[in-house]
Amino acid sequence: MTAMMQTRDIDELRRIARKIRLDIVQMVGVGQKGHLGGSCSSADFVTALYFSKMRHDPKNPAWEDRDRFLLSKGHSALVQYAALAEWGYFPREEMKRVKVFGAMLQGHPDRLTTPGIEANTGSLGQGLSIACGMAAGLRIDGRDSKVYCVVGDGEIAEGQIWEAAMAASHYKLENLVAILDRNGLMTNGPTDLRYSSSPIDKKWAAFGWHVQDIDGHDMGEILGALDKADTIRGQPKMIIARTVKARGVPFAEGRAEFHNGIMTAEQYAQACRLLAEEPAAS
Amino acid sequence: MTLQNPREIYGRTLVELGAENPNIVVLEGDLGKSTMTCYFEQAFPNRFFEMGIAEANMTSFAGGLSLTGKIPFTNSFAVFAAGRAYDQIRQGVCLAKLNVKIVGSSAGLSDFGDGSTHQTVEDLALMRAIPNLTVLVPCDGTETRKMTRAIAAFQGPVYMRLTRSDMPAIFPENEEFVIGKPYLMRDGGDVVAFACGQMVSKALEAADMAAAKGISVRVVNVSSLKPVDEPALRAFARGMRGIVTAEEHSIMGGLSCLINYVFRGSGLRTECVAIMDRFGQSAGSQDELLAEYGLTPRHICAAAEKSLSK
Repeated sequence: MTAMMQTRDIDELRRIARKIRLDIVQMVGVGQKGHLGGSCSSADFVTALYFSKMRHDPKNPAWEDRDRFLLSKGHSALVQYAALAEWGYFPREEMKRVKVFGAMLQGHPDRLTTPGIEANTGSLGQGLSIACGMAAGLRIDGRDSKVYCVVGDGEIAEGQIWEAAMAASHYKLENLVAILDRNGLMTNGPTDLRYSSSPIDKKWAAFGWHVQDIDGHDMGEILGALDKADTIRGQPKMIIARTVKARGVPFAEGRAEFHNGIMTAEQYAQACRLLAEEPAAS
Repeated sequence: MTLQNPREIYGRTLVELGAENPNIVVLEGDLGKSTMTCYFEQAFPNRFFEMGIAEANMTSFAGGLSLTGKIPFTNSFAVFAAGRAYDQIRQGVCLAKLNVKIVGSSAGLSDFGDGSTHQTVEDLALMRAIPNLTVLVPCDGTETRKMTRAIAAFQGPVYMRLTRSDMPAIFPENEEFVIGKPYLMRDGGDVVAFACGQMVSKALEAADMAAAKGISVRVVNVSSLKPVDEPALRAFARGMRGIVTAEEHSIMGGLSCLINYVFRGSGLRTECVAIMDRFGQSAGSQDELLAEYGLTPRHICAAAEKSLSK
């Protein structure tokens, strides 16, 4: 069995990432709270994973040899929903009814309602531990699948993250790749001012992880880091992706209030227009 | 009566299961020589995970293992397995209906020396309140073995509460353990005593005491607190004139709450033997604590007498 067609074309991946951001904006909509910021900051590496790096099959979400994706920062579910819908894990129509009564797409990822969701995350700090257990289970079975787990830079204040960091290192979970969305903002302001998690790279290195630090919006750097991670043996891998919260939505970029903010009709129209436009040739 | 150690039997049963099923994996929070997962570690080192003193991570990690088809058993003292990891059990395991078996050892007052920090008076309340979670308490070593095997075969999250102490062997060898089923341990005609864990054998002793006073006590082992066959519980009370509950747990949220709920409006007087909203404390023996907290056969007998008074 093989995965669906994946691409190494960076322009194509950028185009998909824009589409995913547009989907995110449309899922948030007008006058409703929605996790715009963290969903958009993760959009580029989530695109790289789903459309280039990962082995997966939307026609068979339970394929045993798939790579696993866990969104430990579960509040950014919209970015994963957009990627899954784009692949056809469920009809795109579902994105029109997010977080409403009876919706497949819940406020946080729910494996029982949504095809392609691996675990229920959203109580922060737990997803990385679940990812570790998956990596350990895959290793017992001798499968070469990898586990990708996205954690937030606010989330790593949770003590359990560091329990998981120790466990991954102790058990040398080389099939585990974590991506830390270093957007620098927690709900109410800059992490470095309100509750610092710096220096992040030294912390992970001290816990025994292989650490890379990249521009989380540079598709080439993202793909390079994911490939580099494959070559590292005997330890779990951390990719610190330096990002901008709400990247791609200019009025919201880098603003903490759009962590779970509300767009006006005007802002919404502007965001849709900018994201729908063809980008200038790069 | 033969004494059995449920921890010892649990540890040996895990090894049996491990030999039968390669998907059985065991996680331990640095208490393997007490929870007796040390036997599994010796037998199947590649399927044993020392998780250190980090119960939260152990629980979520087990969830991840279950998502690859493994049947993980997490182990610690009940106070940590259920309490420290409450949010992981709720959010990661039960919301997602993951096939994780959470085994809380040294529950109730059975870790008498270590005192209140290590004694669980509220784990059943916490665990019963979580949707999707099956909550079980074996009454002796025999039932521990049967229950351990049953939960390995069962698909879904389970909390199993084990005691540290030796317990009299009372569960019939030839009886199958079925999740949800209450078991008649002794028949009687005046009062029905619903008990769980080691309070089942205390209730049997109490039934002897009551018989000497002319009161016939039926003893029912409610080893499944959730789910439980409610019609079966009601059938056990049919023709009775009083109800007693007995548990080594707080009066809040455990067996007494279950029984009071099932028999709401029945008109039967229910007397509860439980820990009255207090923490535990250190003592030189568990019996000292059971006496202090009112959890002895004498207390159950008195409750039976009281349940008959108008």
